[in-house]
Amino acid sequence: MGVEITTTRLSDAALWAKAAKQSKLDQVTNWGRKFSLFSYPFVTACCGMEFMSVAAPKYDLARFGAEFPRFSPRQSDLLMVVGTITEKQGPALKRVYDQMAEPKWVIAFGVCASTGGFYQNYHAMPGCDQVIPVDVYIPGCPPRPEQVLDALIMLMDRIQAGRGHSQLAIKREQIIASAAQDEG
Amino acid sequence: MSQKVLDALTTAHAAAIERTESQHGDEIAWVKRDQLVAVATWLKNDPAMAFDAPVFCTCIDRLDWRPLGVAPSQHWSEDKPRFEVCYQLRSSKHRHRVRLKIAVPEHDARLPSLAGLWPAFDWQERETFDMYGIKFEGHPDLRRIYLYEEFVGYPLRKDYPKEKRQPLVRRDDLTRSTSSVGKEK
Amino acid sequence: MADAQSLRQLVLGRKDVQDLSDTEQDLPPDLMTVNMGPSHPAMHGTVRIVLTVDGEKVVKSDVQPGYLHRCFEKESEHATYTQIFPYTDRLNYVSPMINNVGWAMVAEKLMSIGKDIPKRAEYIRVIVSEMSRITDHLTCVGASAMELGAFGPFLFFLKCREWLYELLEIVSGARLTHTYVRVGGVSKDLPAGFDERLTHTLDEIEKVMVEVEGLLNNNKIFRDRMAGIGAMTREEAIATGCVGPIARACGVDYDVRKDYPYSIYPEVEFDVPVGTTGDCLDRYLVRLEEMRQSIRILRQCLKQIPDGPVMIDDPRCALPPKVDTYNTIESMIRHFKHIVDGIKVPAGETYAFVEGGNGELGFFVVADGTGRPYKAYCRSPSFVHLSTASQLIHGHLIADIVPIFGMINMIGGECDK
Repeated sequence: MGVEITTTRLSDAALWAKAAKQSKLDQVTNWGRKFSLFSYPFVTACCGMEFMSVAAPKYDLARFGAEFPRFSPRQSDLLMVVGTITEKQGPALKRVYDQMAEPKWVIAFGVCASTGGFYQNYHAMPGCDQVIPVDVYIPGCPPRPEQVLDALIMLMDRIQAGRGHSQLAIKREQIIASAAQDEG
Repeated sequence: MSQKVLDALTTAHAAAIERTESQHGDEIAWVKRDQLVAVATWLKNDPAMAFDAPVFCTCIDRLDWRPLGVAPSQHWSEDKPRFEVCYQLRSSKHRHRVRLKIAVPEHDARLPSLAGLWPAFDWQERETFDMYGIKFEGHPDLRRIYLYEEFVGYPLRKDYPKEKRQPLVRRDDLTRSTSSVGKEK
Repeated sequence: MADAQSLRQLVLGRKDVQDLSDTEQDLPPDLMTVNMGPSHPAMHGTVRIVLTVDGEKVVKSDVQPGYLHRCFEKESEHATYTQIFPYTDRLNYVSPMINNVGWAMVAEKLMSIGKDIPKRAEYIRVIVSEMSRITDHLTCVGASAMELGAFGPFLFFLKCREWLYELLEIVSGARLTHTYVRVGGVSKDLPAGFDERLTHTLDEIEKVMVEVEGLLNNNKIFRDRMAGIGAMTREEAIATGCVGPIARACGVDYDVRKDYPYSIYPEVEFDVPVGTTGDCLDRYLVRLEEMRQSIRILRQCLKQIPDGPVMIDDPRCALPPKVDTYNTIESMIRHFKHIVDGIKVPAGETYAFVEGGNGELGFFVVADGTGRPYKAYCRSPSFVHLSTASQLIHGHLIADIVPIFGMINMIGGECDK
């Protein structure tokens, strides 16, 4: 592969990710990763109440292994952006995301974090994906806990297939590095 | 309901009160800007008034004020002051309420601060400054409270467009055109 | 050895860690600036505090809100009165019905139809408001207890909150942001079988409250962390504009439902708990007692609620019945004008307020005769309470900030509007 991959479009990246088959070791590590997600709930607004409900006994996040939130980005791998992100909050969000170690995943929880929702004004950011790449978007204002669990399962499928944004970025770097090694 | 408050005000501070009115059960007194602190101090300390509880402080921007069903002379025009700063006070002892209004022109958007009398107005005046650009003289720490310091402009003014964003940070790859696979070499 | 030590001191400007002895005099007495937030588990949303600490003791603090400023006022100027109901839901999002009722009241006050709201609609408004108040206090007490290490009460209270959410969902259609109240009444009637379900839920909630009180009230750890922390005098509370459970814990006997009664509150009996010292423990006890009083109000409302319409019969603000909308052109046009142009509220201004979960929640609206308000200011109690936070945490340890913030119940949506 002599071409420099510079896109972040999921469809393009997914094509060559599929082409490059996953090794057995990758499959096992991804299986382990998906069932032991340590979430960093970046809670800002009303969706936080539904996040609390999802973690509560009735809708139980614990059965997916994603129960225990780690309130430090250094110790977590799933950043759940819960609630509206404002322009003032943007640098803080970016900093938290940058501090997380790879591989890391991002869920945009709620329509405010996905697109800004019905807050289209001078301070609410139109979606947290203006600042960080997002793997799964959960619409809803606030989303029902069942939607959140559905999104979590979708993310777990993504993780197993190796198609989260940061997993693809790691793969991209590996491909570029091995291509450079072949050439040089 | 608290008409006696307005009567007492006009008796005690006739020179400072421009006019009074009553709307939907709220008593409103228009106060001259330079007499504001004197009137407010009297309202707080006088035993018959005893306005010890601050309720809110905000501002009305009359730039687009053209209400329906009202004569055009009541609409806003350039010769009238653009901003009206409103202070609502309540008395926990006598249970009456009053709203003080101060007309503030745009070219000279400042008035004395009441944060020294009621600590609650400290943050509320900062909010009014942040949103409307009214400067409160004598305020201990007048800086923006809701918005960040890099923000330019006063968003709740009628001439600030609702969706004019001033982002602090954006992703690097968003400013480029979409796919560059196969194009770069 | 002494040369290396003095060289290190010269380079660093102070003594290096390895040169310190165990006695206190050698420890550097500098104040340290620490940042707390804006993304912090105990910040209940997003508030940033820049602390200047002397060891663990807070010497100075700069509380910076605004990280959730979602421009409620600016959005309101561009939305019709009915479209603003969802925005009000998201102000105090743990007790959304009360915000809805407050907004409906201010529009009705401007239209001078406040007295003509049907009785049944008023009773329904009070029922859902009190249910929202209970969810507010459940969330506040549960989350604060969790932050102090008591995970059990949090889960028990969340279980109760789920029951209430289910009930509010069958009433309004949404678990959290209901948008149920309308100008002139409520949008739809209570469903069949609601009374029995609510009565049963209230009985269960009372049992859970007994459990949680048994776990927390006489728990030495809980009391040590809450008693004597963040106290405020009565005069300070009034002068700083505090209202609601925080002011009542300080001894200020102010409850909007008793002092400026609205809706059908004069027809129900309830007490207002008032504390003495104003510390975190008093605030917690006041909230628990308020939950009991809310349950009492709910039981009375369920007995006293009359039959009747749930929306005022006034074409200026009521949508026509659907059968007319689909069959007559006049009703269809009226429906269309209501949705697109909004309810026309005559020019004027007023301030209407209700007793929210945190205290006096008011809306100051300037109307200009069109269907959109000219100005819609929300007087949020959380903003005012947060302004006292700096004074409350002064002199306490960093660990004391957690119960103080928890008991202030600073809701980000309400504080930052």
